[in-house]
Amino acid sequence: MAGRPTPAAARDNSRAVHSRSLVRSLHPGAWWLWSLGLAAAASRTTEPLLLLLILAVAGFVVAARRSDAPWSRSYGAFLRLGLAVLAARVVFAIVLGSPVGGTHVLLTLPQLPLPDWAQGVRLGGAVTLEGVLFALYEGLRLAVLLACVGAANALASPSRLLRSLPGALYEAGVAAVVAMTFAPNLVADVRRLRAARRLRGRSDRGVRAVLSVGLPVLEGALERSVALAAAMDTRGFGRTADVPRAVLRTGGALTLLGLLGVGCGTFGLLSQGSHPWALPVLLAGAGASAAGLALGGRRSVRTRYRPDPWALPEWLTAASGVLVAAALIGYASRYPEALTPSVVPPTAPRLPLLPAAAVLLGLLPAFVTPEPPRSTR
Amino acid sequence: MITFEQVSVHYADAAEPALRGVDLTVPEGELCLLVGPSGAGKSTLLGTVCGLVPHFTGGTLTGRVTVGGRDTRDHRPRDLADLVGTVGQDPAGHFVTDTVEEELAYGMESLGLAPAVMRRRVEETLDLLGLADLRGRALSTLSGGQRQRVAIGSVLTVHPKVLVLDEPTSALDPGAAEEVLAVLQRLVHDLGTTVLLSEHRLERVIQYADQVLLIPGPGEPPVLGDPATLMARSPVRPPVVDLGRLAGWSPLPLTIRDARRQAPTLHHRLRPDTPSTPSRPAAAGTPTGQLPPAAPDKPSLLRRRKPLPKTPPPPAAGEPVAAAPDKPSLLRRRRPLPKTPPPPAAGEPVALAARLVVSRGPVAALRGVELALFPGEITALMGRNGAGKSTLLGALVGLHAPTSGTVRIAGLTPHKSRPRELIRTVGLVPQDPRDLLYAESVAEECAAADADAGAEPGTCRALLAGLLPGIADGTHPRDLSEGQRLTLALAVVLTARPPVLLLDEPTRGLDYAAKARLVTTLRALATEGHAVLLATHDVELAAELADRTAVLAEGEIVADGPTAEVVLASPTFAPQTAKILPPYLTVAEVAAALEPPR
Repeated sequence: MAGRPTPAAARDNSRAVHSRSLVRSLHPGAWWLWSLGLAAAASRTTEPLLLLLILAVAGFVVAARRSDAPWSRSYGAFLRLGLAVLAARVVFAIVLGSPVGGTHVLLTLPQLPLPDWAQGVRLGGAVTLEGVLFALYEGLRLAVLLACVGAANALASPSRLLRSLPGALYEAGVAAVVAMTFAPNLVADVRRLRAARRLRGRSDRGVRAVLSVGLPVLEGALERSVALAAAMDTRGFGRTADVPRAVLRTGGALTLLGLLGVGCGTFGLLSQGSHPWALPVLLAGAGASAAGLALGGRRSVRTRYRPDPWALPEWLTAASGVLVAAALIGYASRYPEALTPSVVPPTAPRLPLLPAAAVLLGLLPAFVTPEPPRSTR
Repeated sequence: MITFEQVSVHYADAAEPALRGVDLTVPEGELCLLVGPSGAGKSTLLGTVCGLVPHFTGGTLTGRVTVGGRDTRDHRPRDLADLVGTVGQDPAGHFVTDTVEEELAYGMESLGLAPAVMRRRVEETLDLLGLADLRGRALSTLSGGQRQRVAIGSVLTVHPKVLVLDEPTSALDPGAAEEVLAVLQRLVHDLGTTVLLSEHRLERVIQYADQVLLIPGPGEPPVLGDPATLMARSPVRPPVVDLGRLAGWSPLPLTIRDARRQAPTLHHRLRPDTPSTPSRPAAAGTPTGQLPPAAPDKPSLLRRRKPLPKTPPPPAAGEPVAAAPDKPSLLRRRRPLPKTPPPPAAGEPVALAARLVVSRGPVAALRGVELALFPGEITALMGRNGAGKSTLLGALVGLHAPTSGTVRIAGLTPHKSRPRELIRTVGLVPQDPRDLLYAESVAEECAAADADAGAEPGTCRALLAGLLPGIADGTHPRDLSEGQRLTLALAVVLTARPPVLLLDEPTRGLDYAAKARLVTTLRALATEGHAVLLATHDVELAAELADRTAVLAEGEIVADGPTAEVVLASPTFAPQTAKILPPYLTVAEVAAALEPPR
């Protein structure tokens, strides 16, 4: 292995990554863009058939392109979470009533009389078909959003995404990832200690069992975090290059100003009325933040081992997500009622053809991306 | 390479300095083994080399530690990262990334090495440590030995001049431990790395050591020197050294081969003194109720095993007893052993697993295990990391419901029984005794244990005082030493007087003194009629303590029989003494045989 690859070899390499037959994992950023695109599309509609189609598209791509790493199994967990959200939404609509009125009464629950100050809150009472349908559609939309995030999680682990962050944000990113691994470890600890309660002759069921292990679990988690911090320190985490203070200050100021600009610009774009200043402010803010991050990044001495390339499959994947989002956002702003089925009065769900065809674009990654490497186990 | 000049370390809330008067130089390219009893300051000494003490842990360091010319006072751990590689006790706590390859590259990324260099070094390290097949694997799916190798590899990629390891093999099975030690030896030989490691299980590492750094006791100044010389005065010694001291060999042997060369003289002395063959109490299958209590009035190492069998082995079970004197070759080959497992004279089995299958997730952790535990018998359960030992123990206390097959303990089905009833039948001391301890102090813990077990107040405290005197009431369980914590957990479990006692990896992190106490305790419990099952990687412990040994592999019992029979048949599980003087298993047995007959 030569220290300096010959130009010809380098060119071959750069060509090979464009091919979909070279087994490699896709850039995590591409997967996140694609799934956020699908999520953005889902957020624009409550049409149940269209939402289910988005869910199917995401599920198909996950099934086709996830690796056999442990985090790839998280898709199922996100689906279950989505179902739980959907169920909760419907139950709340039944018990607390629904903001949409309706005439098709399904059943009438005994209504709890509430004092005057709780005006506007209702417990029990008539349950209408319209209310339940409305809650069902809203819940389904949330569930599909969750499934899209789950798809991104299963296809690209968040810590791989972290590797692509700019140097200035790296340390903040590590903190976030450590916090994320904290949760699964905590769950494992609670399970182990609840089992240990059985060994002490106490019941391992019920809320008390979970509460009583709280302190030992926290102690254990803290010890683990401290051990990890020590290990990271001895491995050179947080080494910095000597950079003049003035440069660092400028970088910080630029980032802050830039973020302010981005905030104002976004507000201007999204709020009512037309604000011609919004777009230039947004762009200037984004530019300033980028410059600030670049200056701050000079402090970091980190290099990257085998950075994920961004080649043709990544472009296509990201584009398919963005296209789906753009198509549905555009369609929704032109025909607002076409993507939100009427519940008062209830109508049969339809599948608008044009948006459905656009959603199918989201299937593209399943065919244009390379197979992920699978470890032999 | 590493120079200590008058180094002492004093932690803020401690009365005594953790380390005192270190004044020595570890030469370059040597494998230096740090030896000493628990609490002598081994981890602190290792911490001063990588800069974690005092930069990370706090405390006051006086004197000066220089590593490769860099003073650790002005260099934080991260500034030493390119010079010192550190691997802690738990490799899982060391990992920052998700996969093997990324983990190997992490340190280099932090130091800012060029991508081409990183790529090359990762490939070299994968080959050096034999990890090439695992490169894409997620770290959470690796076995213990693989994890330890990845952890070592992850600090090796930055090409450190010094490698610091805190008990690298304590959690590993014998095979995996040898894998890791072979890698370390290769580093010293091929790359000239200076390796400083601490380890309690000296029998595993002493033969690899070029130098020994001995801390004789807490607060005593460490000494650096030749392994054989220092072993002569060390308070902690592997069996091979004990045997050498017993036989009066000089120089002291450190390896099995050295000892074997000198063994013929001992064979000669043993032969006339042993008209009858050595026999182990368990192999004799004595009803244990008749055994005199194991009274450790002389806690000398050589007295640990009961010197003589209580009853002669049943003639029908073994080979002719008097055949030995004129046929010495027979004697040397193999001691006569009963052909059958302990006879039913020991009574009905108190615990029984039949065709036991337990699945954890998609994989079957146990596939058709048959195991019976008898009162008064100590059984050792051995096998690789991940062979299913912990799952079997868990199934016996009802933590895992069997997928098929049955578990019966004294008439109860564990996973269906109520915890309150169950603890009176079977008790488990888990791998990490801290899992069992919730209270803020030892006294509270004992009171809670009495309440849980429905025992008279004070039972647990009395048990604890009997097992290990001198633990203060007000101490927080987390502040106890490993040995004390284990004893506390044992007392908590014993409060309910379960006839079946299970221990998972009890000697992890114990020094030889604590281990000797555990052996005495467990033997006394067996004498009282407890059935004891311990899962362990410690072959010396199994040889010394267990009447019977069962070996698990891939969730199946592949060997089950008297300890002598099982461990002598396997090079991996044979204790050191058995490799030098078969069929003796422990130094104590040899000592007993050497005593003039009365």
